[in-house]
Amino acid sequence: MKERETAGRRSFLVASATAGASELVSACGFRGGPLEDDLASFSSFNDWVSARLFSSRLAREYPIRSRTPERHFPSYYIMRGGMPMLEDPASWVLHVGGLVRRPRMFTRAELEVLPRLTYTVKHHCVEGWTAIATWTGARFAALAGSVEPLPGARYVRFRSFDDGYSNGWDLPSAMHEQTILAYAFNDRPLGPDHGAPLRLYSPTKLGYKLTKYLFSVEFTDRRPGGYWEDQGYPWFGGV
Amino acid sequence: MTPDDPAPAAPDTPAAPTASTAPPAPTAPSAPAAPPPPVFVKRHHWIVRLTHWVNAIVLVLMVASGLQIYLAYPRFGLRGDASVGLNPFEGVDFPAWARAGGWLAGALNIHFFLMWPLMLNGLLYLAYLAWSGELRWLVFRPRDLPRAVQMQLYYLRLRKQHPPQGKHNALQKAAYCSIVALGAAAVLSGLAIWKPVQLSWLTALFGGYEWARYWHFVTVWVFTGFLVVHVALVFLVDPASLRAMLTGWYRGRFPSEGA
Repeated sequence: MKERETAGRRSFLVASATAGASELVSACGFRGGPLEDDLASFSSFNDWVSARLFSSRLAREYPIRSRTPERHFPSYYIMRGGMPMLEDPASWVLHVGGLVRRPRMFTRAELEVLPRLTYTVKHHCVEGWTAIATWTGARFAALAGSVEPLPGARYVRFRSFDDGYSNGWDLPSAMHEQTILAYAFNDRPLGPDHGAPLRLYSPTKLGYKLTKYLFSVEFTDRRPGGYWEDQGYPWFGGV
Repeated sequence: MTPDDPAPAAPDTPAAPTASTAPPAPTAPSAPAAPPPPVFVKRHHWIVRLTHWVNAIVLVLMVASGLQIYLAYPRFGLRGDASVGLNPFEGVDFPAWARAGGWLAGALNIHFFLMWPLMLNGLLYLAYLAWSGELRWLVFRPRDLPRAVQMQLYYLRLRKQHPPQGKHNALQKAAYCSIVALGAAAVLSGLAIWKPVQLSWLTALFGGYEWARYWHFVTVWVFTGFLVVHVALVFLVDPASLRAMLTGWYRGRFPSEGA
């Protein structure tokens, strides 16, 4: 999840890196040359290491007074020309399916009666910034329990209505105690800036793994890609 | 204790094997200013030379990809909190020639690949030092302090004679010891910001994620400063040491005891 501004700067950087003479100077714009793809593939080794390092350990919780002032908490989405918003929020449902015994849809009210979790935790963005906020949502493990994943399910694909944005998670990360489908931010209903009506959240993942504007959750046996992951960002994205 | 190396590849070293065991013959006492005779002494084991140059290449690329990563958020501290660390590079857009990776993901992939050779190389070097016994030439001890002062006086031209030394002079010991410690700090602070939740104990050691990221950045500037001084001293004081780091054999002004 990048700010529009950042995405704009990125294309500018790419454009200027390929612009010519500067390419010849030193490491300038060096992207790994012919090794660029190999470097990206090597990233799967680090995904493997990350998965080994991942544990049921809980991320630290903070007191409410540690919250980052909301105006300083960035809001990222990829859609051009404005924030992704539902035309008719009342008709929104979450589709849960794939390799499960009982695929079904959840309305907002049905999600709110699932076992919930509220925590005040630190958000780590791949860009290097951090921010603290309180999130409330349905435990992912409770949602999974109600649809009964089949033994073959090893991954989960989360789909967003933000212009095709999506993420793939390994099942252990998704089933972690602190993984929630959040519908409240700092004690108020989630706004469109943070992914309304529903966003995936966990303090054990980088921000770009935390799918906003959710509309579908699919259990699968094949590792799903993702919007940024497919462009070269680490797939596991754990912190 | 230094393990013997096979004969060096350098073509002009016929006298080397004997010279390595015998200290250079002193010249006539009446001519102290005369340079020592050009003899070759064995100085660096191949493992030391290999790890030195691997380290040099990897570090430069780590710094270049690190600067690219920094650009994605060129400041420190939680959002809305500017209290972490003095940073003269806040908001600085480092020039393209100093960066590697092209964009954040490319730089991350370089950085996360190179961290493995960097760590393995460092461990190989330390293992060699411990195994060969060369560690004793490198560790800066309290008794090296007055020697370091003398060496500094020599560099400042307040002392005429180069003080006697072992394999490294006391200032070199201080510098090389600190740089090994700095390498460890760079790797550990890097791991601390890679996995601040799974390795939270390590991150806490650096004062939390935001400070760990700050210290990781500070190591870049200490490394860069070291590099400038290190290279300057090689060329200004003892250019022969460059050949020694390439071939292993030293023939220069400071053929120190203990090779």
